[in-house]
Order: sequence, then C-alpha cells, then structure tokens
Amino acid sequence: MSQDDHQLRVSKIRDGTVIDHVTAGHALTVLAILGIDGSGEETVSVAMNVPSGETGHKDIVKVEGRELSQDEVDVLSLIAPAATINIVREYEVVEKSRVDRPTAVVGVLSCPNANCISAAREPIESRFSVLADGVRCAYCETILREDLADHIDVG
Amino acid sequence: MQHDHVLSTKQFSRGEIEALLDRAAEIDADPGAVADRHAGTLLGLLFFEPSTRTKMSFEAAIKRLGGNVVDMGPVGASSVEKGETLADTVRVVEGYADALVLRHPSEGAARMASEFVSVPVVNAGDGAGQHPTQTLLDLYTIRERVGLTDITIGIMGDLKYGRTVHSLAEALTRFDVSQHFISPESLSLPANVRYDLHESGARVREHTDLEPVLPELDVLYVTRIQRERFPDENEYRAVAGEFGIGRKTLSVADDDLAIMHPLPRVDEVAPQIDSTSHAQYFEQAHNGVPVRMALLDTLLS
Ligand SMILES: [Zn+2]
Repeated sequence: MSQDDHQLRVSKIRDGTVIDHVTAGHALTVLAILGIDGSGEETVSVAMNVPSGETGHKDIVKVEGRELSQDEVDVLSLIAPAATINIVREYEVVEKSRVDRPTAVVGVLSCPNANCISAAREPIESRFSVLADGVRCAYCETILREDLADHIDVG
Repeated sequence: MQHDHVLSTKQFSRGEIEALLDRAAEIDADPGAVADRHAGTLLGLLFFEPSTRTKMSFEAAIKRLGGNVVDMGPVGASSVEKGETLADTVRVVEGYADALVLRHPSEGAARMASEFVSVPVVNAGDGAGQHPTQTLLDLYTIRERVGLTDITIGIMGDLKYGRTVHSLAEALTRFDVSQHFISPESLSLPANVRYDLHESGARVREHTDLEPVLPELDVLYVTRIQRERFPDENEYRAVAGEFGIGRKTLSVADDDLAIMHPLPRVDEVAPQIDSTSHAQYFEQAHNGVPVRMALLDTLLS
C-alpha cells in the first residue's frame, strides 16, 4: 500500500484534520461523535475498509476547515484507539498525534443499564470513567467493555 | 472522616470504618451521653421504595441524638406521582433538612442527588447498587462477634441484585477477610463488583454449592432470593430451597458459625435456627441504631 494509493482514494486537504487509522467500519461513528451530519459547513471525505499493513483494514476521515479540539480527540480514542490525528494547514501536516485515552467521558455514551439514574428523565448528562479496558458509569458503576460504539449517544 | 456524603462503601478506608465502628461502640455503651448532641437537627427522609425497617432505624438514630425527621411519606402521596424529577425533589427538600437520607429504586440515585444539593446525602439503598449504612452495621456485628481479622465469610443468595452484598463485599476487601460467594449461576456477582474485588486483590472464591465451603466459615451472610428474579414458580422454589439454611444444613458447620441476614427474611433461614447460638440477625438489626447514630454524628458535626 503506497502513499500514492491513498491520494487516489481521498484527496489532500488544504486546512483541517485527517483522522487516520480509524478502526475499520467506525468512520461514521467518528463523524457522529464529532457531530458531523452533513448539515454543517465542513467538507468531509471518508474512506472505509482501506487495506492497511498495520491493522488489516482501516478507515480514514478528513474534515476540511476544522481542527479537532482535545476533547473531541479524547472521545475518539474510545472507539478508535489506534487512530492518528493530523492537523493540516496549507496542505502540510503541522501536528501529528496519536489519541490519548481520556480519564472521563461526559455526555457521549449512554448507560447500558436501563435501571440507571442516568437513563431516567433527570437533568444530568451521562458520565463514564475510563478504565484500561472499558468505561464505567459514574452513577451505577456498570462496566461497558464491548460495543462501545453502540452506546454512543450523540445529536 | 472527611466525606460530604455517604454513597458507597468504597469511599471509606479501613481506618475510617474502624473509627466509625469505635464511635458506634462508644454510643452503644452510653447512649445518654449523646442524647442532646444534635438537638434541633432535622433529617430529611426520602424513601421512594417502601422500607419501614431502614427508615425507622434512621429515625430512631437521629431522635436519640436529639434531632428529628421530616419525612416525604409514602411515594404515592408525593410529587413523584406528578412526574417531578428526583433532582427537583432533593433541591426542594434540602431547604427543609440538614441532611437527606435517600432510598430509591434506580442505581446511582444517591450519587446524582448529591450533585444537586449542598447538605449531606446518605444512600439508604439505590436499586441493585449499594447500601452502605447496612454494611456498616454488618461490619459492626461481625467485629463484635468474631472480629475483622483473619476470618472467612460466606455470602449467599442473590448476589447479582443484592445491594447489601455489593456494599459488604467491597468493604470487606479493606480487611483481612477471605470471601466465599455462594449463589445460583444466574444470580452470581455482577461484573462491576467482581472487577472491584479483583482490583483490590481480595481473597475471593465463587461457588454454586454451600456444603463444601460451610465447614471453613466463621460467618455465613444469607440474603433473600426474590421470586421476581425467576421466570416461573417451580424454578424459584427449587433455588430458594437449595440456598436456604435449616438445622440439617448446619450439621457440618463450625459450632461458632454466626449466621447473619439483613432481614426481612422469607424462608432463607429457618425459624429453628433462631434459638441457636448461630443466630446473629436480630442483634445485627439492633446494631443499626448505634451505627447510624455514629455515622450521622460524624457527618453532621
Ligand atoms: Zn449507569
């Protein structure tokens, strides 16, 4: 897989963010986390199931005209732990970083426990602490390990 | 003790638990000494689930400290029926009371309440979550009977939904205690409690049968298995029979074995046990008052 092939699939962007090495199949979830649904200004390019030596397959998301904040990057780490974030200005990558797992995630995931107070009609946001291999509800303490993306609650 | 709220036993260190139990023993020995200590203090009781026992115990505790209660009353008669959120209810009631005691059917209810008020919140049971004040009186009872050093305890019954079990198991990891959990497969410990026990490095084993471990136990803590956890009556009866205690069950137990139960019981502990030296559950229930007095005294001082 050469760099040139990448260029064919997803063209270079001038200013914005390239999220590379997203877990295959999760590009749309990444967009959901970022609150991108096509109604905004950004030009968005998505490549899914791109063969990749490192992980087998990967997704790539390019968002033009927007640099991701640290909070946004933190949340991405939950579903795309191998992702790299490239901030692009004038066609050059000016900043390249891997995602870091946050210590807490607020308002992004919904608790899988239907009897949790955060699932009730109360004026609170969901809150999870991040464990080595999952997340844990700050209210009912339920641990969520697999299918994190299924519990993402955005929009 | 440096806590604004009492939400889970996990918040307490061993030293804090021991200090509370010491204080409870002091109060138990001379309740008159604290009779006016919290004169004028009002405890707000918000019980969204019926629990006469726990409520009376808190009420007795604050009254014996010279204070009084304001009680939301039965849920049906309150604003809950009108669909008010818990967050609103506690923000209103905190204006009437110096501390709130909350029993609620949803897990995490007390934690959420604590985020909305500036008076102390005491979790008196949140769904299948935690019941920390029950645990403190359980620990007090265990300490009085066999001590909290180098003992082996069996915890049996509904370990999945039993909040008293979750709180007790996590608190016991602070002490030199081996824990055996005995339950039907379908009611074994939830993943989050198992995770905490594992993280703490506690000595823990799980079983589906009491008999092999019974001879090693110093304490057997029995909890109620509820009918609604089973799809049909027959399955429930079979399981309830298997995880109940009668005289015959105890033939292989140590003579000094203490049997505890958070009460109310149904059939888990046969009445024939009551008159034996194994029975510790009524003493356990009585300990609720001095222990809650010690806790409230610490929290309100
Ligand atoms: Zn929860």
